[in-house]
Amino acid sequence: MEFSIYDFSTLTNSIHEGLSNSFSPTWVMIIEMSLVGLAFLGLFAVLGVTLVYAERKVSAVIQQRMGPMRVGKWGLLQTIADVIKLVLKEPLMNRQADKLLFGIAPFIIIIASFLAVAAVPFAKGLHALDFDIGILYVSAVSSIGVIGILLAGWSSNNKYSLIGAMRSGAQIVSYELSVGLSLLTIVVLSGSLQFSEIIESQANGWWIFKGHIPAFIAFVVFLIAGTAETNRGPFDLAEAESELTAGFHTEYSGIKFAFFFLAEFANMFIICAIGATVFLGGWMPLHIGDLAGFNAIMDFIPPIVWFGMKVTFLIFLMMWFRWTFPRLRIDQLLKLEWKYLLPINLVNILLMAFIGLMGWHF
Amino acid sequence: METYIFYILAGAILIFALLSVTTRRVLRAAVYLLFALGSTAGIYFMVEFLFLAAVQLLVYVGGVVVLIIFSILLTSQINDRLEQPEWLKVMATMLLVVVGAGLSLFVIREYDFNISETAMTAPTVSDIGLKLLSYGPGGYVLPFEVISILLLAAMIGAIVIAKRMKEND
Repeated sequence: MEFSIYDFSTLTNSIHEGLSNSFSPTWVMIIEMSLVGLAFLGLFAVLGVTLVYAERKVSAVIQQRMGPMRVGKWGLLQTIADVIKLVLKEPLMNRQADKLLFGIAPFIIIIASFLAVAAVPFAKGLHALDFDIGILYVSAVSSIGVIGILLAGWSSNNKYSLIGAMRSGAQIVSYELSVGLSLLTIVVLSGSLQFSEIIESQANGWWIFKGHIPAFIAFVVFLIAGTAETNRGPFDLAEAESELTAGFHTEYSGIKFAFFFLAEFANMFIICAIGATVFLGGWMPLHIGDLAGFNAIMDFIPPIVWFGMKVTFLIFLMMWFRWTFPRLRIDQLLKLEWKYLLPINLVNILLMAFIGLMGWHF
Repeated sequence: METYIFYILAGAILIFALLSVTTRRVLRAAVYLLFALGSTAGIYFMVEFLFLAAVQLLVYVGGVVVLIIFSILLTSQINDRLEQPEWLKVMATMLLVVVGAGLSLFVIREYDFNISETAMTAPTVSDIGLKLLSYGPGGYVLPFEVISILLLAAMIGAIVIAKRMKEND
């Protein structure tokens, strides 16, 4: 079994051949689907634990604190202890709640995250779903998540939950537009919605560099709208603790609360991964024109490391936003989207279409 | 394998469609409708008509159902129950359903389906885009523009209504 860190299709092909030799095609399909599902479950578990730890440490650095220090070296085991606590907690149920909807709401949210993460290209050949409609698919499945939030807020039979869910719904439905349009700005240049082709089109430079100023404007709009779509600060007024206790997940406890928490961090990862793929070249190394020596050194770093570095950078940016900007009011939030971001985006996409038509991009 | 998946999805569509018209809690009806529409998207994914599947998710699940749920959230209480329909109405509806299903089955059985020899390939996004804007034979540019004007009129109407409300305050 040969395996190269630079091209994961060697690994996936050898697994496929190995399975095909000993099982019938139907069983190969079932086993492979289970393997991919297990891989994503593992990824979500690791993501949840590491991102919560990272968030605590980043907020601590920004607020000049130490953050968690007691459990394990530098508090490394703190989030694992928290997970054990959450799993052992009693799942409380409001007696007046709609029990069926209360039960399925966290699952709808987490399923939406799972469907979206399947389209993320992690490295060369390490890509579960490479659809022709890539970006459209991600925006379609991520729009399912908002239904989970609305159901959670309504079925809790609690005023705070309902208000939080309504705020969150209005916010996500509005900001979906800006996320989609800012991604379309780059699709104008790449000419494809497929993630693998968008990455291939960035082999000679990332779109944020090749697309001049419109690409940069689209990137900034994407970051703002992406932060809002994941309900993170400064746009976290759906769960503004000073007004609404915890918003739509006030009544949840134990493992169901953990699902909401996990989905929030998973969505942050997905938004950052999509942003890194479309604007920053995904797993493509940094190449500068004809500098052959420089490009060769950059090629030496494996693609999965490039992808990880870009996503980590974007996640750090989003955490930085959360801990330095004050929270917006609901009217400010909607005004920002409908009166500023959306018009800017529409003009920007026209400008980008003109640049693409004239061939002014690199 | 695909046959099993098809039967699972088809069964899910039927069961959820039935549940959504028989439940007496209005939000649950909306959620069952969501599952029925989502399973339909699953069938589109299975036959690899990806664009259609994504549009089904985006328009019906992400758009229509979210709109329905929003309006239910604003208008109904958690303890509200729809009243039990009258006995006569139930019978009339069941009769209509049986006649409708019989008619559909009759038409499907009468129609002789031609199985094409060439393998069917789903159109790509660029095929669809070019077809939408082509004014040659088989192009869809006229309906596309008519729908655009309709949407524009709807948007302007929405803005006008929203503005008038503000002046009255």
